[in-house]
Amino acid sequence: MLQLIADGFVIGSVIALGAIGVTLVYSILRFANFAHGELLTWGAYLAWTALLGFAAVWGPMEPLGPFSFGWTLLASLGVAAIATAALALLVDLLLFRQLRRHGSAITLIMASFGAALVLRNLLQFIFGAVPEYYSREIQVAIRLVPRDVLGGLRITPDQVFVLGLTAVSVVGLHLFLTRTTLGKAMRATSINPQLARVTGIDVDRVIRATWVIGAVLAAVAGVFSGLTVQLRPQLGLDLLLPLFAAAILGGIGSVYGAVAGGLIVGLAESLSVPIVGAEYRAATAFIVLIAILLVRPTGLFGERP
Amino acid sequence: MPDLLGLLSYGTFFLVFVTIYGLVVLGLNLQWGFTGLFNVGVAGFVAIGAYTSALLTAPDYPDQIGGLGLPIPLGWLGAMVTSGLAAFIVGVAALRLRHDYLAITTFGIAVTLQLVALNAQGLTGGPFGLQFIPKPFAGVIVDNLAWNLAYLAMAITLLGLSYVALERLVRSPWGRVLRAIREDETAAESLGKRAFRFRLQAFVIGCMLMGLGGALYAHFVGYIAPEDFLPILTFQLWTMLIVGGSGNNRGAILGTVVVWALWTLSGNVLRELVPAEHQARAATLQVVLIGLLLMLILLVRPRGLLGEEAVVSRHMKDPAGEVQEE
Repeated sequence: MLQLIADGFVIGSVIALGAIGVTLVYSILRFANFAHGELLTWGAYLAWTALLGFAAVWGPMEPLGPFSFGWTLLASLGVAAIATAALALLVDLLLFRQLRRHGSAITLIMASFGAALVLRNLLQFIFGAVPEYYSREIQVAIRLVPRDVLGGLRITPDQVFVLGLTAVSVVGLHLFLTRTTLGKAMRATSINPQLARVTGIDVDRVIRATWVIGAVLAAVAGVFSGLTVQLRPQLGLDLLLPLFAAAILGGIGSVYGAVAGGLIVGLAESLSVPIVGAEYRAATAFIVLIAILLVRPTGLFGERP
Repeated sequence: MPDLLGLLSYGTFFLVFVTIYGLVVLGLNLQWGFTGLFNVGVAGFVAIGAYTSALLTAPDYPDQIGGLGLPIPLGWLGAMVTSGLAAFIVGVAALRLRHDYLAITTFGIAVTLQLVALNAQGLTGGPFGLQFIPKPFAGVIVDNLAWNLAYLAMAITLLGLSYVALERLVRSPWGRVLRAIREDETAAESLGKRAFRFRLQAFVIGCMLMGLGGALYAHFVGYIAPEDFLPILTFQLWTMLIVGGSGNNRGAILGTVVVWALWTLSGNVLRELVPAEHQARAATLQVVLIGLLLMLILLVRPRGLLGEEAVVSRHMKDPAGEVQEE
């Protein structure tokens, strides 16, 4: 039981970081971005590429303390975050920006659906379909709770790292959105775009910031997923439904809602495994989605229906 | 003469697929083209139809539910009923809300159905799928080409019937309400039209056509597996509609022919040019090409090849009574 909850929090961290991007794009650019999952995949594979690059220059990665990875993975994470942000800005420039000028929200969704397929297949063309790993080091899991208390609890140092960095990212984003001018401009645009424009907010700058933040968090989430599970071209596609479920559960536009929603969806997936079996865990997100749409479509923290 | 026969055989095969996809795209056109409903789970509804019809009509499967051995038309009817039922459930949950919630929900049901198809071995046969799906009039027509031609004739008849029915439907008062809701829901509601109900009706009817398309596919190929209904199928069908022109049933069928021709042609070219060991990788490029085609159409010619007709009703033939373009 405790083990399932801990696992749920680890998956939930990945979902939460991805869902923040979905909810920000949804509330500021006003469309459901089906290509967001691909940003996670690209982030994960870009980090892997950078890691190989570092290994070619400085030799194989030395594990850092109890972790399965060394400092080069942290550096690769930084490279991947920047590169993924550039990718998101490029897709926006070539596609979404053109459609925003004369398209409706629904055309944007369809375009994002097409962009998702192009990005995923391009990635599979470049990297192949075989699963990859950042590190093949075997980790010793730390036993936090003995086996006779509620089934016990073991956690690997990598999982602790994932939980810790997720918390740091969320706190950092909170400070950004509440303390900086750009963060406040983003919140204003999300609440009322016309009024924000009239007040002199540079909406294009806000949109760029939205993509950068969403993409950076997506890269981090993708690397976490690659670290705790494995790297696959379908990584982002498989996470897309949980991301949407988390964003809607939390209430569209609410960053804290997305985090809470991500953790709840992660827990629900993890806790459903003993009931429905591991093969149906992805369907749990769908059940959560249907339930929230029927009971409270505005989500936990949302205002707009 | 063998070449000509080969060409005829290939052409028949190609046209049967065009007809089946055309049926599905007509259903999608009713949802998106006329009502503005964004269905991302087309492959899921096609799969429901295919699996239902297979389970109803196939001979008894060992260790499995289904295989009732019912007559084939009953299987097709069942396919439409179950697809319609699934659409009803999804519609009730999502159609009252913002339009993009439908997109997310239909995506969800397609993902979930894919999981069921892969894992519910006792019902769907798991990754191996369902085999021995009976072929209609296989007892009467033995020759392969003749059978394909007969199936094509039947499929075209069904497509023609659906086309005529849909044309009448969208030109009827009911169809005009759909467009009114699509253009301005508040205005339509203020005239006493309950948008939710009309949307739900259009969504269910569209999905029933998708189910029928799935059933036709299953009985033509005789074998279905989860990988026949991946998101790429949804994407191909969407591209067909957008290329042909949404809101125009003739455009929907034209788009189906054009996109399926491009798809099979690019597939053949890749098979010829790329050595066997790289083909799986080259196939991903094929998807990239179709994706770029869709985005290009959205950017350059969002109306598609044949756009929506301006005249909705035969009572409004004078040029002054034009309906605004999207």
